[in-house]
Amino acid sequence: MSPAPRLPPAARALRAGDRRVLARLITETENDLPRARAVLRAIYPLTGRARIVGLTGPLGVGKSSLINALLLHLRQRGRRVAVVAVDPSSPFSGGSVLGDRIRFDTASEDPHVYVRSMASRGHTGGLARTTREVVRLLEAAGFDLVLVETVGSGQVDVEVREIATTSVVVLVPHLGDEVQTLKAGLFEIADVFCVNKADLPGADRARRDLSELAALGAPASGWRPPVVATSTSDGTGIPELWEAIEAHERYLDESGRRLAEERRRLTNEVVTLAEERFRTHLARDRSLARRIAPVLARRIDPETAARRWWAEIQRRR
Amino acid sequence: MAPRKKQAPIRVLIAKPGLDGHDRGAKVVARALRDAGMEVIYAGLRQTPEAIVRAAMEEDVDLIGVSILSGAHMALVPRILTLLREERGGRIPVFLGGIIPDEDARRLRKLGVREIFGPGASLEEIVTSARRLAGRAS
Ligand SMILES: Nc1nc2c(ncn2[C@@H]2O[C@H](COP(=O)(O)OP(=O)(O)OP(=O)(O)O)[C@@H](O)[C@H]2O)c(=O)[nH]1
Ligand SMILES: [Mg+2]
Repeated sequence: MSPAPRLPPAARALRAGDRRVLARLITETENDLPRARAVLRAIYPLTGRARIVGLTGPLGVGKSSLINALLLHLRQRGRRVAVVAVDPSSPFSGGSVLGDRIRFDTASEDPHVYVRSMASRGHTGGLARTTREVVRLLEAAGFDLVLVETVGSGQVDVEVREIATTSVVVLVPHLGDEVQTLKAGLFEIADVFCVNKADLPGADRARRDLSELAALGAPASGWRPPVVATSTSDGTGIPELWEAIEAHERYLDESGRRLAEERRRLTNEVVTLAEERFRTHLARDRSLARRIAPVLARRIDPETAARRWWAEIQRRR
Repeated sequence: MAPRKKQAPIRVLIAKPGLDGHDRGAKVVARALRDAGMEVIYAGLRQTPEAIVRAAMEEDVDLIGVSILSGAHMALVPRILTLLREERGGRIPVFLGGIIPDEDARRLRKLGVREIFGPGASLEEIVTSARRLAGRAS
């Protein structure tokens, strides 16, 4: 049962809870360095059991404040928790100001909490390209619960579904119009809805509206996303939010959906990674100029050129 | 995985310990470093030295910038440096911004502060030395 002897030294230090090594391996993962690659390969069999809770929602709705409140709640119950908070990179400089950490007042010596900020580095969808791998490192380091905060752009960050076991969509009262435009994506993503800032007027109304929409959109899967009202200002609803998340996790186990969801996520991951390689391979193909010339001269259309290329590749195999 | 050709961005923690209320200066510096391509972890106001060092370790930063206007630098900065030293292998360079009397500045440098910027320092100056301190002079 113990694969420990075959783990590279860095992976062993990671498993032993060395936080410096964890921190460094996260950086190396973000930068695609070989040591991290080897560690990720070695620890992969040890991962896949953690609960990964994604929090997504528009800018400033209180995602970080909710994570802070959940951290307090979970620590009181003795849970170890890691947090990954993603913020956007500037498309101009590539730099970033990662500001979510301001909201987290984790006790500075609590060894059972680990918080890491990540820049999206041009990746779209609300996460960084390597967020999933960073979460695996955290799991291998002993965190069986990881909270992930997405970028929080104007839209819904759909990619959170590719890493989270439970996705929480956070909204605020008076988001009426926004909910209309977000609607399509919202119900595909949300396992739990959270109406935060419930201390502001209009919260009851927002909760009712969302519940009605959730009832309409309830998919065949048998899970109807609950709507929880919270306020991080006075702590209202935080236990209920956690309970809703746990209820969804129980549902995954009892219904057998957990495995189906993991299969869907891993299928997408492998296809995406293969796609990346394939794309690089195609873009470097020496026949490219020859293939583009007739397209440029308007003799054949792009679709035909692509179809012929694909046919040739298949024949060569 | 497609290898990234670009150099890894510098990660820097900007913190504003102490009790004075505003962090405009720290924010301006944070944005200037971002515009120079760095990833800036902004830790915000009123952080304790313990919280700053913990954030620096968790975030694996190359560099820490501390802004202090309250006059409490002699209480806070040596503590940060001590805690950093206590962390195994913690050799993260620290620079300081604020109004620091010459005598204090000398002592702080002796304790290990690598660079001190007064109110007159230009953002360009700060960016350039941040690159140098992170070992990426160019
Ligand atoms: N009235 C009220 N304000 C809140 C509540 N929760 C958060 N806020 C405030 O909303 C603002 C944004 O909070 P954050 O937690 O940073 O929100 P966020 O969604 O993480 O923001 P981004 O990461 O920038 O998208 C802050 O000023 C908070 O103080 C709440 O329950 N009630
Ligand atoms: Mg946030």
